[in-house]
Amino acid sequence: MEHLQERLNGLEDLIAARLSGTSVSFQPIPGAIPVIQVVIGGREELPIFVTASHAQILCICYLWADAEVQPERRVELMEVLLELNPAIPLSSFGRVDGRYMLFGALSANSRAEDIASDIVALSENALEALEALADYLI
Amino acid sequence: MGVIGKLVTLVRGSARELGESIIDANGVHIYEQEIHDAKVAIAEAKIELTGVMAKEMQSARAIEAARGEIARLENLALEALDKEKESLAEEVAAQVAEQEADLERETQLHAEYAVQASRLKELIKASEAKIREHERAVQMAKTAESVYKATQSVSESIGASGSKLVGARESLERIKKRHEDLSDRMVAADALDRELGTRALEEKLAEAGIGATAERKEKVMARLRARRAEASAPSEEVLA
Repeated sequence: MEHLQERLNGLEDLIAARLSGTSVSFQPIPGAIPVIQVVIGGREELPIFVTASHAQILCICYLWADAEVQPERRVELMEVLLELNPAIPLSSFGRVDGRYMLFGALSANSRAEDIASDIVALSENALEALEALADYLI
Repeated sequence: MGVIGKLVTLVRGSARELGESIIDANGVHIYEQEIHDAKVAIAEAKIELTGVMAKEMQSARAIEAARGEIARLENLALEALDKEKESLAEEVAAQVAEQEADLERETQLHAEYAVQASRLKELIKASEAKIREHERAVQMAKTAESVYKATQSVSESIGASGSKLVGARESLERIKKRHEDLSDRMVAADALDRELGTRALEEKLAEAGIGATAERKEKVMARLRARRAEASAPSEEVLA
């Protein structure tokens, strides 16, 4: 936990600077592995969760649950997400345990600046994606 | 089957298994043991390779020496023949033949060392590839597990904080509403700024004696003087 937090030290300021001074807060959440919740002012409903393994740093923004997808448009949504993946800078769609997400994966050796850029891109991509894909949701 | 193949099987089964059983299912400890074994094998192969390469170099030197000796002895034999010392020449020829046998043996050894060295190099390369592959498998299994556990922590954290999990549409509406409020406030602030700006400018103009406000007093005074003049004029006439 200390290790991940150490890695993310000073990241609030880097992110805030990229968002013209918007407030940014970091909050570790309890659990089996270290996860830090990043909340960006004005987008409190779309927090970003940062976790690290030996291989990578993963930034996740949960979008919606399986149950929120219009059943008859499910397959269509999947195909749209697959096609979108390569086109969206730094972020990709995924799903874990029935929850759709947008995520960015970085090398475990990434610089703080790169992590900040990824988190900012992820937050903006997530908001835009949610807006663009809301038609597929209940 | 690679780790991704195993992941596909698990994903098709149940997402929960992806996080919980990937480590056991794929025997990460077996991979880690194999990585350890491969590293030991590489270390041993490198020591062996050093020995083989040293022998290869030694036999190369022996070949060089034997060739030099053969050339020297052949020259001596030729000299003996020139001087028609047949039996001496034959004695030297026997030595040449011995040297040639040595050379052949040494050449064969040299070829064998070369084969051994290249076999060891291949072994090292293959072991290194195996380590990379296994390390990738272990990392992938651990990453899959960590992603699942992170998702679980997030779900539990949301549950524990008592905050209800809000639907995506509602989240979007809230963010948009907040954004609209913000831009409304910005428009209002902008309008206020402009208004205040105009007033400040007018005040400055008035101070400088420019504009309607500045002249108002003078106009009033002028009007009063005019009325006074009007009022006093007839009386003056009367007096006159």
